[in-house]
Amino acid sequence: MTNPTEAEAGLARRNESIASFEQQITLLSRLQHALHSNPALVPLIVLVLSIVVFGALLGGKFFSSFALTLILQQVAIVGIVGAAQSLVILTAGIDLSVGAIMVLSSVVMGQFTFRLGMPPAVAIACGLVLGTFIGFVNGWLIARVKLPPFIVTLGVWQIALASNFLYSGNETIRAQEIETQAPLLQFFGQSFSVAGAVFTYGVIAFIAIVLVLAYVLRHTAWGRHVYAVGDDAEAAKLAGVNTRAVLISVYMLSGLICAFAGWVLIGRIGSVSPTSGQTANIESITAVVIGGISLFGGRGSIMGMLFGALIVGVFSLGLRLLGADAQWTYLLIGVLIIAAVAVDQWIRKVSA
Amino acid sequence: MTQPVLYARGLNKRYGKVTALDNCDFDLMPGEILAVIGDNGAGKTSLIKVLSGAIQPDSGEMFLEDRQVSFPSPIAARQAGVETVYQTLAMSPALSIADNMFMGRELRKPGFMGSVLRQLDRPAMERIAREKLSDLGLMTIQNINQAVETLSGGQRQGVAVARAAAFGSKVIILDEPTAALGVKESRRVLELIQDVRARGIPIILISHNMPHVFEVADRIHVHRLGRRLCVIDPKDYTMSDAVAFMTGAKAAPLQVDA
Repeated sequence: MTNPTEAEAGLARRNESIASFEQQITLLSRLQHALHSNPALVPLIVLVLSIVVFGALLGGKFFSSFALTLILQQVAIVGIVGAAQSLVILTAGIDLSVGAIMVLSSVVMGQFTFRLGMPPAVAIACGLVLGTFIGFVNGWLIARVKLPPFIVTLGVWQIALASNFLYSGNETIRAQEIETQAPLLQFFGQSFSVAGAVFTYGVIAFIAIVLVLAYVLRHTAWGRHVYAVGDDAEAAKLAGVNTRAVLISVYMLSGLICAFAGWVLIGRIGSVSPTSGQTANIESITAVVIGGISLFGGRGSIMGMLFGALIVGVFSLGLRLLGADAQWTYLLIGVLIIAAVAVDQWIRKVSA
Repeated sequence: MTQPVLYARGLNKRYGKVTALDNCDFDLMPGEILAVIGDNGAGKTSLIKVLSGAIQPDSGEMFLEDRQVSFPSPIAARQAGVETVYQTLAMSPALSIADNMFMGRELRKPGFMGSVLRQLDRPAMERIAREKLSDLGLMTIQNINQAVETLSGGQRQGVAVARAAAFGSKVIILDEPTAALGVKESRRVLELIQDVRARGIPIILISHNMPHVFEVADRIHVHRLGRRLCVIDPKDYTMSDAVAFMTGAKAAPLQVDA
């Protein structure tokens, strides 16, 4: 029944050991493979190195539990927003509206409490619902109307930011008012200390969100689908993934997390200010990129984003303690961003 | 005469003024490898897309195991038991072999971890993936958790075929499985196709490679001008006959029964 053609008769004595092709296993290629399976390794190494370098330069001033936990407090907001950004970037999208959603939600939480006289808990719930809804609009426009994420979120960024200024009348709710009348809004600013280390509840929330998302992305079907959609959306669809539902749910979750970041933001700055958090979207993208999550989607881990955010925090505090001009921080972070993307491209070549 | 597993009657599909399927019939018998050949633009891709649910015909009927079916999406076709291995393989390169095999039908852990925390049952998925691959003699792949992009073209094809064969399917459609492969890897995939048939699953094989078609096919469906021109037995005809039917250089043999 089988009649192999003549050309294939040459295969009769073929060498079956196809897997053992010759390849020099250099230290470099081994490193490449290790990074390929653990993309968070690069930012972790950079983080440890930068802590060691600044520690050596600054000594006890930097290596105190107070200074190190101060870094955590400073990156908590960017880190929470970065967690939302990570989800979106894993689907090969981008969310430019994260900062605007955060500020608008915090303004809604504050204004609903003070202008409409709602109980703080209800106002907070309204803020969270609003953030989720804006995320839904993003997701719907991207997954259903098939508009590019960059354009959709660029537009929503402007819309949300303008709504924020229009609704709040550019008016700040002062910290003392919040403290006396609605302390729940400042909940995440409260802190406790363990042997000199100061933790705010905002920091705890940041770490918790990252850990929960790390679990969800790694150990649930939805998490695997997020990666599959970012990797190759068409393939994921043919393999039976409901890509639209995945995309919409990712943007909704991103909106919810950003609104939550808005609540944490009130705790961090004490007041409700419509002009706060303007740089959150660029800073969150920076943390994600330095954290080794590929902007082309499907690769990277949220732990990398955590390390990326901490690297930025270590650089800014370390350089400030050294008395350097703040611009050095931006310069070095610029170098890190480009280096991180270069490393990402190199890791991708592992299969070639 | 035995009933076909999957058959279609009078399929039509038009794109504007172009007729891709013109009252097309199709029959797949149990346990056979049916090759579908046809010149470019003959409509064989449209036929396969209808059978796999990727497009919907304008009219016509399809029957799977004597029940009338319609596939509004590839997922519907898959749920009915028609698995397709696309030419692009539809795999996520950065994800592992096990992840890819279970994409869209993941297993969850039993009990609280699975139902509340929705945790995947990785050990079970890895075990099943490994079993399925060894069933088909594909265990040259050492690590079930390695990313698909680190596999060779033939190994990827093997994983895609194993995925299709693994899930109790009734029909497997293979779209140009050897088109992108070298001689040695093509041979492996052909052996794999015969292994799958040996397990009783009928296969629809779309290929441009006549030697491969003539080697493995039990019957050959020749598609021309949007319809089935004839079905031939590869033992009765030569490759040049088949090409002549396909291109219209030679009149089709009279069919006693299709």
